[in-house]
Amino acid sequence: MAAKLATKSPDQLTQRRPGASYLARRRRVGYLLVMPAIIALALVAIYPLIYNLVLSSRFDVATEPGTQHFVGLQNYHSLMTDPAFWGDLLHTGIFVVISVTLEFVAGMILALVVNRKFRARGLVRASILIPWAIPTAVSALLWKMFFDIRSGFVDFALKSLHLPGAQAVWFNSPILAWVPIILSDMWKNTPFIALLLLAGLQTIPQEIYESAKIDGASAWQSFWSLTLPLLRPAILVALIFRTLSAMLVFDTIFVMTGGGPGRSTEVIAYYNWYKYMVSLNFGYGAAVAVVITILALLLAAIYVRILRQREGFVT
Amino acid sequence: MRRWFGQSGFYALVVIIILYSLFPFYWVFKSSMESSISLNQPTTGMLPVQWTLVHYQAIFAVENFLRPLLNSMFVAGVTTIISVILGSMAAYGLARMPIKGKAAILGFVLLVSFFPQIAMVGPLYLVFRHLQWLNTYQSLIIPYLILALPITTWILTAFFGQIPQDIEEAAMVDGATIRQTILKVFAPIALPGIFTAAILGFLLSWNDFLFALSFIQSPNMDTVPLALVNFRNAYYVHYGQIYAGVVVASLPIALIVLFLQQRIESGLTAGSVKG
Repeated sequence: MAAKLATKSPDQLTQRRPGASYLARRRRVGYLLVMPAIIALALVAIYPLIYNLVLSSRFDVATEPGTQHFVGLQNYHSLMTDPAFWGDLLHTGIFVVISVTLEFVAGMILALVVNRKFRARGLVRASILIPWAIPTAVSALLWKMFFDIRSGFVDFALKSLHLPGAQAVWFNSPILAWVPIILSDMWKNTPFIALLLLAGLQTIPQEIYESAKIDGASAWQSFWSLTLPLLRPAILVALIFRTLSAMLVFDTIFVMTGGGPGRSTEVIAYYNWYKYMVSLNFGYGAAVAVVITILALLLAAIYVRILRQREGFVT
Repeated sequence: MRRWFGQSGFYALVVIIILYSLFPFYWVFKSSMESSISLNQPTTGMLPVQWTLVHYQAIFAVENFLRPLLNSMFVAGVTTIISVILGSMAAYGLARMPIKGKAAILGFVLLVSFFPQIAMVGPLYLVFRHLQWLNTYQSLIIPYLILALPITTWILTAFFGQIPQDIEEAAMVDGATIRQTILKVFAPIALPGIFTAAILGFLLSWNDFLFALSFIQSPNMDTVPLALVNFRNAYYVHYGQIYAGVVVASLPIALIVLFLQQRIESGLTAGSVKG
């Protein structure tokens, strides 16, 4: 009410002092500005989340219409006792560890190289970013074809260099099928890690390296005892975001192997999608979704803790 | 001696990095120019055996690849516009207005960007089926807001926070209303930041596969990634057409990245948002 009056008060218009009612008016406008985005996000993200919680307590299979009913925690119980789910969780865990580690090492090398000043650096920086902008599904499609004996270059390269692996039918082997998957994931996602690390590197003042050099430190020593510790916040952020998206890997698996051969490359997101969209078992799929959401939110909690420690939360 | 070795070793590393990033694109280009016959035989060299443009003709004449291109552009474009409008409003409120609970609001936005896309598929499918929205543009635009809106809000809040407040205060002192201040004074300064947020929102929507796969069933409504993956679901794998399609779909994206690389980098690192 006070805010409404303020708009009409000539006093307020001429004075322009941040008096109480002026502040209140700005605050009100502020809430109005923030509201639409919050409502939109709540509708598209929170609503499905709640829907999942409700759905996961029901028997709801689209191929058996009219049989929906409340089942309590039974979906969760079936999920926890399904060896296929645990197998997929294991695949996901192994994929996360291997792909994030490789991408981190490659991303660090990329960032260190691009951080040096040299001719055509801008062009190199731009070209390493291009794979990041390619859709994950397209990257997967490409690497699947690159590993094809006929239209790809992998077998051709291996044969030309007389390396083992030429003629290997990559996608028929439960172990080898992971190689193209991880390479595709690396090609697409390493630039992202490199970018975050590079931003971190550029905040480190050059002088400390010079004084370390004067003190007789080798390049390797100053990397371990200066760069890495100072880069810690950037490293943590990069690792968390990559861990999150690796944990949720779907496009790459769907396009390259469809979880095969057998179930050897199946991951939890694929499991969830299959239950939802192929089995049309929405109750069970929702239980899987809730478990995956909890795993993702655990990572979010870790991320927020790191942000808090680093600089306070509000930008 | 050691220095010389270091220098050439360094440049060798640069060459390896460029090859690693760009050689796949060369291979895509080369294969898109290769005849179907040689694509179905073991690879023999780095150049096409016989140059041909037949795959480029085929993707437009036979596969109607223009349609998915337009679909993707429309869907990603509308998503971007909505995200930028809602995101700018929210960011202005967060960066400038004396509202309470800023940390909570930003935390909520960040939290949403951690929500697994896969977990949304089932509920959204059921809602869209109920509304008879499957196979429509809105069945993609709405879920794409989950991808684009958090990142745009987050980036814009960071950008807006960096713009000095004096200019707006001066305008206010001169008697401008809040609306005038925002539109006439603030918006022009904020435009580069808004542009950056728009590029990232567009790329994230353009790159989606999961939602399109789940909510789109007719080839007419395919987005680019979906259309490319579906090229091979016909009677046999149309390698040449996939390669040509990737060239056509990636060229604009590659150009965007080349020319706007600094903007994209500043956007991605502005609030350390996910990509």
